[in-house]
Amino acid sequence: MSTPTVDVVLGKLLDGFVLNLQIFVITLIGSLPLGLIIMFGSRSRLGFRVFGRRFCPIRLLTRFFVWVIRGTPLMLQLIFVFYGPGLMGLPPIKSRVTATLVTFIINYAAYFSEIFRGGIDSIPQGQYEAGQVLGMTRPQVFFKVVLLQVVKRVTPSVGNEVITLVKDTSLSRVISVTEILFVADTYTRQGLLWPLFTTAVFFLVFNGLVTLALGRIERKMDYFRA
Amino acid sequence: MAILEVTGLSKHFGDLEVIRDISFSLEKGESLAIIGSSGSGKTTLLRCLTALETPDTGVIRVSGDTVFDASQPRPKGAQARVNQMHFGLVFQSFNLFPQYTALRNVTLAAELLAKEREDYKADKKRILAEILEKGRAALESVGLSAKADNYPHQLSGGQQQRVAIARALMLQPDILCFDEPTSALDPELTGEVLNVIRGLADRDTTMLIVTHEMQFARQVADNVLFMDGGVIVEYGRAEDVIGNPREERTRQFLERYSSERYSSNP
Repeated sequence: MSTPTVDVVLGKLLDGFVLNLQIFVITLIGSLPLGLIIMFGSRSRLGFRVFGRRFCPIRLLTRFFVWVIRGTPLMLQLIFVFYGPGLMGLPPIKSRVTATLVTFIINYAAYFSEIFRGGIDSIPQGQYEAGQVLGMTRPQVFFKVVLLQVVKRVTPSVGNEVITLVKDTSLSRVISVTEILFVADTYTRQGLLWPLFTTAVFFLVFNGLVTLALGRIERKMDYFRA
Repeated sequence: MAILEVTGLSKHFGDLEVIRDISFSLEKGESLAIIGSSGSGKTTLLRCLTALETPDTGVIRVSGDTVFDASQPRPKGAQARVNQMHFGLVFQSFNLFPQYTALRNVTLAAELLAKEREDYKADKKRILAEILEKGRAALESVGLSAKADNYPHQLSGGQQQRVAIARALMLQPDILCFDEPTSALDPELTGEVLNVIRGLADRDTTMLIVTHEMQFARQVADNVLFMDGGVIVEYGRAEDVIGNPREERTRQFLERYSSERYSSNP
């Protein structure tokens, strides 16, 4: 087998990386709002009393779900989502990328929900009370008083997750999504090492940009302390 | 007619009865200081009045209207807010909104309320301009015009508390409540806040002030209410209760208070 030319290899790596970026962007767009919804679920106080103990089914179910998602490997979840339905006699998921997106959105939403929950819990009760005695409604207190403070507090942790997500997109190779590492690995098997380094450079450069963007967002909220 | 009438107010947390059968009234323009050691129920009383806690029993009337009656179903939504907004509250820890300037801290609630007005859409510009104008006036009344565009973290504790007072005044509550307004401040900053409150008293603002500043209570308050163990032990004119208490428990409290004061600050 002849050694492929540099042009061809770079082209294939770039094609792969476009897939990584697509997975990254769509996962972010999907998982941030879903994380917010899951967070509301895990803070839900809707419930009833049984034998003197308060029982909140929504909260319990949500926290159980988050425990499962965070407690099992993302790679396992990928394999399960892609092959699981077919093996269980359900209509199989045809697209590997779709399976990846579904898995990533759910997985990252679970992590984001916990970060958001920590952020909301860290806002002093006095902020809510101040809003309340000023006649604000509960949604007004949340959106006008609490939310921006939460955003400021969670941005560093969310940033961490975002950078992890950039790299995690490569996990999709276990279900044979032809993302960049999948491509690079085929060349490694052919005895070429440089595509692997090139792949590393792609990730480094992109995460450098992400880091810069996150820094900008944090600086935008530097004008207040919370 | 009294502007505030409180009858038989009680509140317990778990097994602990924090206030028990509290009844008193307040005339328009009167300032009432509530004194007592920590744990005596002063703050809980204030929180019950401002609807941050729900009393177990009792009735609260403002200008003859019942705003709370433990024996009746609780009003919800808009009516609950109307009832509660008879009261303003200044917190011990200020609780300013950190992401807003001093001026916006003062105007935010008024802006949100204005959105519910029927003429808001048609007259938005004028209404918002009026609110801004009122907000500046409120800041001026606490001597902080120059700090309108500063954020809370750029202000001293005393300045933050004065912004908080302006914020509470902005909504023109019938009764302005203070929950130990100087307790979180360094000693040298208490004066500016007390002066603002003194100014409000001079302008006949109806006020309920939970405080540990006995000198201040004596000078500024018309009446004083001494609480101990969740009940009202003594109530009367400020100079009588603080200068010449009838009850033994009041006397002990005042003695302990002044000895602590002088031992730490000879």
